[in-house]
Amino acid sequence: MKQFLAFVRKEFYHVLRDRRTLLILFGMPIAQILIFGFALTNEVKDSEILVVDYAKDNASQELLTKIGSSRYFNIRQAALSHSEILGTFQKGKIKAVVVFPANFNEDLLHHNKAQIQIITDASDVNTANMVTNYLSSIIMDYQNQLNRNLEIPYRITSEVRMLYNPQLKGAHGFVPGVMALVLLLVSVMMTAISIVREKETGTMEILLVSPFKPVLVIFAKAFPYLALSLVNVTAILLLSVFVLDLPVKGSVALLFAESTLFIITCLALGIFISIKTSSQQIAMLISLMGMLLPTMMFSGFLFPIENMPVPLQVISNIVPSKWFYIIVKSIMIKGLGLAALWKETLILFGMTVFLLLVSLKSFKIRLQ
Amino acid sequence: MMQDDKVIVCEKLTKRFGDFVATNEITFDVHKGEIFGFLGANGAGKTTAMRMLCGLSAPSSGKATIAGYDVYTQTEQIKRNIGYMSQKFSLYENLTVLENIEFFGGIYGLSDERIKSKTEELLQRLGLKSEANKLVGSLPLGWKQKLSFSVAVLHEPKIVFLDEPTGGVDPVTRRQFWDMIYEAAHDGITVFVTTHYMDEAEYCNRISIMVDGKMEVLDTPANLKNSFHARSMDEVFYQLARGAKRGD
Repeated sequence: MKQFLAFVRKEFYHVLRDRRTLLILFGMPIAQILIFGFALTNEVKDSEILVVDYAKDNASQELLTKIGSSRYFNIRQAALSHSEILGTFQKGKIKAVVVFPANFNEDLLHHNKAQIQIITDASDVNTANMVTNYLSSIIMDYQNQLNRNLEIPYRITSEVRMLYNPQLKGAHGFVPGVMALVLLLVSVMMTAISIVREKETGTMEILLVSPFKPVLVIFAKAFPYLALSLVNVTAILLLSVFVLDLPVKGSVALLFAESTLFIITCLALGIFISIKTSSQQIAMLISLMGMLLPTMMFSGFLFPIENMPVPLQVISNIVPSKWFYIIVKSIMIKGLGLAALWKETLILFGMTVFLLLVSLKSFKIRLQ
Repeated sequence: MMQDDKVIVCEKLTKRFGDFVATNEITFDVHKGEIFGFLGANGAGKTTAMRMLCGLSAPSSGKATIAGYDVYTQTEQIKRNIGYMSQKFSLYENLTVLENIEFFGGIYGLSDERIKSKTEELLQRLGLKSEANKLVGSLPLGWKQKLSFSVAVLHEPKIVFLDEPTGGVDPVTRRQFWDMIYEAAHDGITVFVTTHYMDEAEYCNRISIMVDGKMEVLDTPANLKNSFHARSMDEVFYQLARGAKRGD
């Protein structure tokens, strides 16, 4: 045990002294969460919209209050002619213009049908789409509210429901994805590199000649990365709760348990790569191409798996991150428990055991 | 010398990889406190033999005991009783001198007090006191090699295996390095050393020369030169190695 501790302490010295390692370990997860959470977000927040209200009646005012009270829009009011509206878009700050025609309330009450014009700046197609969707869903909401109050159905409306994400938060899908990505990088790549480095520098030989058990060498090398990965999980969760406003709906303990399982899967992979390769560059390349790319493509984090051709869907099943992504998403966003996730957990567990056995076996063969 | 002070006993030790016989029935003994030179051209089978003696790879056939322990079944005890220094510099460059000593002391299971007193003694002897907290990577190569050797014998092994320990080191440092080897041998540590420098071979008590996996000769440098009618070890080595079929 004392030997093990001496080893682990040495590993921490390595990590803490190497600025590049530290940067990858801690800079990357934070940067990724923030970039995905804010910069690349497809969420609309505090968009300036201009309201031209020709009606100025009850209904238009109520609807405006509703739009204004959502955190997505800042409302400015102005009475403009149609041609002036074009000018405001050209200045670029306004994302959309909402026009209430005169008699909006009366139309609604008497004809059961009223119109609102939404004009968006479609030079940015995504934002335009998004703003339109958000606005329409707020309007729809208002309409439903109206119907309920009067208990007279005005008309059948198509209902848009955003399951599990009613506020359309973009960060939802990203956090579990980034988590899988970061853990994979830290655990697979860093472990592989750190073991291969010992081979490259010749220190591995010294370790093997020492009475320290070879299998323990591997475990002692992997252990610090398990600890650091858990620190990363904590950091990502804290960021997502306090910076991105994304609470963990399910059990935090379960989330950590599943993360630990996934980290061990990754460590086993890293160990396997390190046994099969002899230079740091190759280890890094294999980790990046062989692990990172499939994770990006097949975990469902960036591209929906359901839309892929069947062969690719089948392939996606052997990517551990896919299962981890499903698990994290389910726990964080849907609040599901182990009862609903036992299948995914079991698959991940099976993969872990398999990888560990394979790497330990090939490690023994190498020793001969 | 007495029969029972043999620390390495090899009898027809052989290692085969498929059809290739890397080490072919080598038989020799090494005595306590002896400096035993293990010579041979590249590919002659030195490394393979050394790996078997260190308990890193199991022999295909033959017998060998290291410090009284069997190479087939007691590798654990063997590892506890040997030190090893490879041709590659093998301390951690981004750890300080102290941390390296603590680490290697730690994995050999030395107690904290023992590590502390050993460290003190070692730094004193190497004159590295003021460098104790410097990263090993910043030391000159000669010091690194000496430190490396000191670390290899930190746990007071019965035998220390040195695999081309002075590669790339300047002549002065090499001389100092050999002083350390003599000191260790004087303290009763058996030194098993491979080298390509024939002047170093002359420093050994006895030399063996491997050719194509076989141990061709084994004797003192003086006797070898006599029997080969050679003026230097260089010539002895050349005469033997010329006949080799393997090599790189």
